[in-house]
Amino acid sequence: MTKTVDNRAWFLVLPVFALVAFNAILPLMTVVNYSFQDSFGNNQFFWNGIGWYQELLDPTSELGGRFFAALGRSAAFSLAILAIEVPLGILVALCMPRSGTQLAIGLVIMALPLLVPWNVVGTIWLLYTRSDIGLFGWLINAVGIDFNATRNAAQAWIVLIAMDVWHWTSLVALLCFAGLKSIPDAYYQAARIDGASRLAIFRYIELPKLGRVLMIGVLLRFMDSFMIYTEPFVVTGGGPGNSTTVLSIDLVKIALGQFDLGKAAAMSIVYTLIVLTVCWVFYTVLVTRDSQEAQP
Amino acid sequence: MSLSLQDISLTVGGQHHLRDIALTLERGTVNVLLGPTRSGKTSLMRVMAGLDPTTTGRIIADGRDVTGQPVKKRSVAMVYQQFINYPALTVYENIASPLRVRGAPRAEIDRRVRAAAALLKLDNQLEKTPLKLSGGQQQRCAIARAVVRQADLVLLDEPLANLDYKLREELREELPRIFAETNAIFVYATTEPTEALMLGGNTACLAEGRLLQFGPAARVYRRPDSLEAAQTFSDPPMNIAEVTKRGRELVLPGGGAIAADGALAALGDGPYRLGVRAHHLELAPRPGSLRVPGTVDVTEITGSESYIHVHAGPLRWVALVAGVHELEPGSPIAVHVDPARLFVFDPEGRVVITPGSTAAHAPQRARG
Amino acid sequence: MARIELVDLAHAYWTHARPAEYALKPMTTTWRQGGAYALLGPSGCGKTTLLNIISGLVTPSQGQVLFDGVDVTNLPTERRNIAQVFQFPVVYDTMTVFENLAFPLRNRGLDSRAVDARVREIAGLLDLTPDLNRRARGLGADAKQKISLGRGLVRPDVAAVLFDEPLTVIDPALKWELRSKLKALHRALDVTMIYVTHDQTEALTFADTVVLMHDGGIVQAGRPDELYDRPRHTFVGHFIGSPGMNVLPAAVDGLVARVGDARISLARPYAPPKAGSKVEIGIRPDHLRLAASGGHAAKLERIEDLGRVRYARLLFEGHRLSALVPEGEPPPTGPEVRLAFDAARIHVYADNLLVGEP
Repeated sequence: MTKTVDNRAWFLVLPVFALVAFNAILPLMTVVNYSFQDSFGNNQFFWNGIGWYQELLDPTSELGGRFFAALGRSAAFSLAILAIEVPLGILVALCMPRSGTQLAIGLVIMALPLLVPWNVVGTIWLLYTRSDIGLFGWLINAVGIDFNATRNAAQAWIVLIAMDVWHWTSLVALLCFAGLKSIPDAYYQAARIDGASRLAIFRYIELPKLGRVLMIGVLLRFMDSFMIYTEPFVVTGGGPGNSTTVLSIDLVKIALGQFDLGKAAAMSIVYTLIVLTVCWVFYTVLVTRDSQEAQP
Repeated sequence: MSLSLQDISLTVGGQHHLRDIALTLERGTVNVLLGPTRSGKTSLMRVMAGLDPTTTGRIIADGRDVTGQPVKKRSVAMVYQQFINYPALTVYENIASPLRVRGAPRAEIDRRVRAAAALLKLDNQLEKTPLKLSGGQQQRCAIARAVVRQADLVLLDEPLANLDYKLREELREELPRIFAETNAIFVYATTEPTEALMLGGNTACLAEGRLLQFGPAARVYRRPDSLEAAQTFSDPPMNIAEVTKRGRELVLPGGGAIAADGALAALGDGPYRLGVRAHHLELAPRPGSLRVPGTVDVTEITGSESYIHVHAGPLRWVALVAGVHELEPGSPIAVHVDPARLFVFDPEGRVVITPGSTAAHAPQRARG
Repeated sequence: MARIELVDLAHAYWTHARPAEYALKPMTTTWRQGGAYALLGPSGCGKTTLLNIISGLVTPSQGQVLFDGVDVTNLPTERRNIAQVFQFPVVYDTMTVFENLAFPLRNRGLDSRAVDARVREIAGLLDLTPDLNRRARGLGADAKQKISLGRGLVRPDVAAVLFDEPLTVIDPALKWELRSKLKALHRALDVTMIYVTHDQTEALTFADTVVLMHDGGIVQAGRPDELYDRPRHTFVGHFIGSPGMNVLPAAVDGLVARVGDARISLARPYAPPKAGSKVEIGIRPDHLRLAASGGHAAKLERIEDLGRVRYARLLFEGHRLSALVPEGEPPPTGPEVRLAFDAARIHVYADNLLVGEP
């Protein structure tokens, strides 16, 4: 349906424009500005053209090598948590009670991890998995497995992934639950009459109807995990070595640790472009899907 | 007030929802928009209400151009297919709500709410909340709310579609009286030809966003301008046959021929389309009636009448005949029609002959 | 294929319900194998509850449901071999039409050649053959409804096909097509069909037996013409026919019914009904005619022109009546008209029940 068009409505958007300009566009411009310059401390800047970008995108250079390694770790992290959280979220949603007090209790329990602040999540997991005082770390050691996330890279990864799964699976599950609730009963009745197995009901009724919310869930989780900073910073600090140094952590290391503002700025821009591109791809897929469905 | 639509078109995303609609509606009339789903009924109503802008064309209310004027500046009330009421308010408060918004005096509100409730037989339900009412009563409440504010334009978008058959019948009988009591322009959308006839008033036949014909319901029904209008206004669907006039004969698509007598004799040679309403087909021949032999597909009994589905060559026809006839599918049958009952259309679908019209001027129209 | 028996069946949605609160009052009835039944009635009459009990979605509070003599009262839906078509089309969006139709067969492990043959046969009956390889998602409501129907019919062992107001979302012109299709399918496949609706036209045209329900009970079951010609209850008279039967309070003695001051002659004598009962006469609008002379005085309120027929709305002895004015007859003029009753078509009711029903 079309809506009434009144161009004066644009004035209502003005305050938002001003606000966005002030807190997003201006700082971004600063970053763009930095990305073309080199700094030698003391606020001395020199024009460097596209030098940083060339270096950044050349895997053989020091900066480029570092960037691609971090990018790879970020991508691996996102893929890993998506591969776990999406199926797990669906499974949890399928097992949720459909109504009554049980549902209310279930929803509260599910919502709890979502309410915990990021850095607290990090701290909880840091303490929980420490091999000396953490319950989990101590238990694993007690059964005879040598566990120390601060020394063993694989174990550090396991902790990070477990933490994210604990924190965010609820979100996927809640989205899926809402999607499942919107399927009319007649579909389930029809499937029972058709003699469909539980698996077939999932495959042909629930999954197709979940498509849309799943896309949104995957998008949200991808964006969030690809830009994750606080939790790994608290839990592993990017270590041991550089093994959990994802893009955001590396960025901060360059910007604040080494005070290479030019490199960091160029890296930020590329980082942002990657995120925007993925967003756009998802958006396009969603929109084409919808327009296909809208056809009679 | 009169509402005049001048060459209204509405195109959304390359799709034509309305095409060149010209229509003038007068105060105190009931105007039925009749057409199948997606024929543009709802789009047209939304344009009339000012909910949607038009792509081209103007809307004139009482001689004033109101094109583009937003809905809240117009005097419009709308009733939908779904029963839309405020669930937390009593029926009284629901009906009173449009008056309260306008800040009418208390005594006036009370008087008008009670009058509207009496008109819609809700007098005894005023203290209940809508969800405690039956579907029919809920829709009565929504109609009362539309009527009470004495809007210039009242739009009803398939208001009875979600009701039981018998409730529909009951409300349909009352609506003309309700409409008569309020001096507004009523616009009523429906997919059902019978409803258009029962409500009386004017009917606008719509198809694919085009206005096919507008006029008094019984007139449009009996004298459709085109095959499309006739089909829109027929339930059961009009029976059609593509025929060729050759000399004194009309050649049927199956190869058979019937004599072209009476009004048909005046037709020039060439292709035509015949239209026959189901109840004009009879099982017994009468003097002068045309005979179409065929085979029974299926029969349906309505209690006092029978629908007989017949096929004759490529024709698929339905006959509505009095009495109970249980005919074996596949058995031979002949249906008869009085040639004076035939509609004749030219190959483009324009009407040439309608039953009862004189054929004298008809052939020229076919050629023109 | 099955004969369906309902034995002392009743249902209440909560325990300790009083008899008046039963959604379904005790009923015993048998529906024969291969019959086409319509459960007709207004909202809340219990027709959907009854359908759900037969399909197994609701377990009745008392009584039994037998399919071919086998008690299925406590069997779940999937073990009853029934098929159901819902109000809104239910199709598997991601599958093609072929896969949709094949789904119930594949679930039951039929080999692919048998599936293929059966699906093509059913698709042919439903005119779905050209669409077999299209995705179900893109089809119109009528095609989708045909698919849901086809999924029911495709199983050769199906005991009964249940329809829950299947034409609700279909346009009038397509309703015609689907309805006659259903009727033809019923003939071709010899399967028991039960059709729930509030729409008398759908019920009467589809069914060979119409079961009219009111207030949780069956008021009358019979052929469409039986319900029309001999309504056993005033509710049947009112509900079947459009407009419904005219029902007038009367005093009946011998060959005469008195309505107000008018004395209407009857076709056969009636004994005076027992004191205290509510006596009414019923006559359909088709059997009332406006006459040039004779008959009874009535006042014409308005003429309703339905194109094919016209109904005169009249005031007769203080009661509102409808009378048929056939096409071709000149419309009556003036408010004062004469009304003729067809004596043979007058029914006498005592306390809403037909008098003299054997």
